[in-house]
Amino acid sequence: MVTPQEIKTWIETGLPNSSATVDGDGQHFEALVTCPDFEGKREIQRHRMVYEALGSKMDSTIHALSIKTQTR
Amino acid sequence: MSVAEQIKQIIENDDIVLFMKGTPDFPQCGFSGRVAQILNECNAKFVGVNVLEDPEIRQGIKDFSKWPTIPQLYVKGEFIGGCDIVNEMFENGELKDVLNG
Repeated sequence: MVTPQEIKTWIETGLPNSSATVDGDGQHFEALVTCPDFEGKREIQRHRMVYEALGSKMDSTIHALSIKTQTR
Repeated sequence: MSVAEQIKQIIENDDIVLFMKGTPDFPQCGFSGRVAQILNECNAKFVGVNVLEDPEIRQGIKDFSKWPTIPQLYVKGEFIGGCDIVNEMFENGELKDVLNG
């Protein structure tokens, strides 16, 4: 079962300059992702950046992930 | 017809299309239910596509949108987002403009 800590690490590794706070129960997770590179980008673009950082983990490992973003 | 072509037709046939788990009246997932509820609150006329009924569409829409999760909202053929984004747009008033625009 995947842990919030693992998701945090995957996001921060896949998205340079970012920091993430992740909560969750093993099935449903919530991530608050902070990254200056979000500046000027629409919400949907920011979410895509986070999904890209997670890559294939979203295929089956992570069942549900709620994302909030901020620039700092 | 390939899955991508099917999906293209679906999103072109109707202005507001929600790819969801379950139906607007009987959602099978909290996030899908939330988006359907928001659309109803906006009095939006929309089509629900139940991805649980068709595994090809379920995977196909993720490939098509390059977005890994369901629900997915399309307005006039354009991908708007999933539950988080639709919820935020609803709360800041942006969604009504997109739906009516």
